[in-house]
Amino acid sequence: MSGVLFGGVYSLMAVGLTLIFGVMRVVNFAHGDMMVWGMYLAYILATRAGVDPYVSFIVCALALFALGFLVQRGLVDRIVGAPHEMQILLMLGVALVLENLALVLFGPEPTRVRSPLAAAAVWVGPIFVDVARLVTFVVAVALTLVLWAFLFKTDLGRTVRAAADNTYGALVIGTDVRRVYAVAFGVGAACVGAAGALVSPILPFQPPTGLSLSVASFNIVIIGGMGNLLGAFVGGLLVSLAESLGAVFLKPSLKELFSFSLLVVILLIRPAGLFGHRAS
Amino acid sequence: MKWALGCVLVALVALPAVLSSYALTLFILIFFYGFLGQAWNIVGGYAGQLSAGHAAFVGVGGYTAAVLSIELGLTPWIGMLVGGALAALLGAIIGYLGFRFGLRGFYFVLLTVAFAEICRVAVTNIDALGGPLGLYITFTGNPRQFQFQDGRAYYYIALALLLMATAIAWAIERRRFGVYLAAIREDEAAAEALGVNAFKYKMLAMVVSSFLTGLGGTFYAFYLFSLQPNTLFGIPLSVEIIIRPIVGGAGTLLGPILGSFILTPLAEVSRLYLGQEGLHGAHLIAYGVLLIAVVLFLPEGAYPRLVRVLARPARGGR
Repeated sequence: MSGVLFGGVYSLMAVGLTLIFGVMRVVNFAHGDMMVWGMYLAYILATRAGVDPYVSFIVCALALFALGFLVQRGLVDRIVGAPHEMQILLMLGVALVLENLALVLFGPEPTRVRSPLAAAAVWVGPIFVDVARLVTFVVAVALTLVLWAFLFKTDLGRTVRAAADNTYGALVIGTDVRRVYAVAFGVGAACVGAAGALVSPILPFQPPTGLSLSVASFNIVIIGGMGNLLGAFVGGLLVSLAESLGAVFLKPSLKELFSFSLLVVILLIRPAGLFGHRAS
Repeated sequence: MKWALGCVLVALVALPAVLSSYALTLFILIFFYGFLGQAWNIVGGYAGQLSAGHAAFVGVGGYTAAVLSIELGLTPWIGMLVGGALAALLGAIIGYLGFRFGLRGFYFVLLTVAFAEICRVAVTNIDALGGPLGLYITFTGNPRQFQFQDGRAYYYIALALLLMATAIAWAIERRRFGVYLAAIREDEAAAEALGVNAFKYKMLAMVVSSFLTGLGGTFYAFYLFSLQPNTLFGIPLSVEIIIRPIVGGAGTLLGPILGSFILTPLAEVSRLYLGQEGLHGAHLIAYGVLLIAVVLFLPEGAYPRLVRVLARPARGGR
């Protein structure tokens, strides 16, 4: 059950990654590391200003929006059209900087944000649910819906989708594609900013957590079909379920082994995505 | 050219006579990381297949030689070859899966990282291999055990490894094999259309590269006298391996060596000063910044740029 609830966060995280990929064809290797920054931000806000992570997730999302916007504007934008390898190396560089900056600033010890909600638990019918996970799940799903509304109901969102479908066409009709790209990267990063803050009371984290979160995001996004939003959402629930089932049968130390093996299998099968055609 | 090469070689052979022990260590690391970079260069540079999990081969090579030496008393000089062979086997498996299933670019990067991490987590969980604490090698100072009282021995071995890998890369570059790899790197579909068996040559490059990297694992383990899964299989080591050829110029013969001469001293200095203040990971931040800077400002690497800068006045003088 907690696996399914955690899936909401996974979905939010994967929707962010797939949005960035779908629009710019850039794989954000720093996705998990950005999420860890969202967690530390929530931690700082909780310890210094006493803001509960279930409130501060909005601040974290805005901060990560700015980070994503700047990474796109300042870095990725300069190498549009360069060989694919260059983008990969660039994003690996960003991931290295973010992870190790967190290591230098916050140290290697696992941290967790205290929230009064994290201690509470309720019975929902026959199932014992802890409130923090339930709230996290509900907020994460709500945010995914907000993103949905943004992409399908607002003009800016429609431009983002237009640029994703046909960059050249969008340019022709006068879209400021550079701005749209920066917005899309920002929104993708904001997803993990919020997701990070939301899981910070549940999941103990340290700077290397970013890698396992990145791997989980890749797993989901490849299963769901690269660039497919609905696929990422449903894939998030599936992978979370698979991981929690894996955790039931394996020792905790082997949990990582499970996600990486899952990644290898997914890479080899590379399904067409849960919905829609194969994107290569 | 041959003349200059001879002079450099003689100088490198004579150098330990005048080096302090700290400088000697620095040169050993420059040669060793240059060697690993050159080994990576064969598949990552010449063939253009970005492997981001080369630490796996260092780990497999090092653990194999160490276990054979500790459990069976087999000399690491032979264990080194066994380790290299097992690393090549792992390389062949990764290469087969990656190339047969058509994983390119980002997918291949993920595959290699995933394999390295699977190895790391697996070794961490195998008690016979020392688990997370790893293995320790007792110092005997016996050359048969790949151990030397005199640091200069490590210097010459590291130099020999670097020269060997560079000679192999040079031989590849000069032959048809090298031309095929360049064709595959630049445009795989076009190369295949011209009848180049891309799968075969990518596999060969991967196997040679992983074999050499596996040999390096033995040196690493017996130079440090200890093996931990996180240091031998971890992502930081993979980053160490790829960053030198990329900064120096991937797919060029001297790029990895130049990269190592630039980066190894920088890494050591930052480790010395920043590591003391508990700022672990600081040098990885520097690597990240460097990767970004190279991609933005020097995508072809330092060596090709250097060649052009040096060639410019000559052309102007004519």
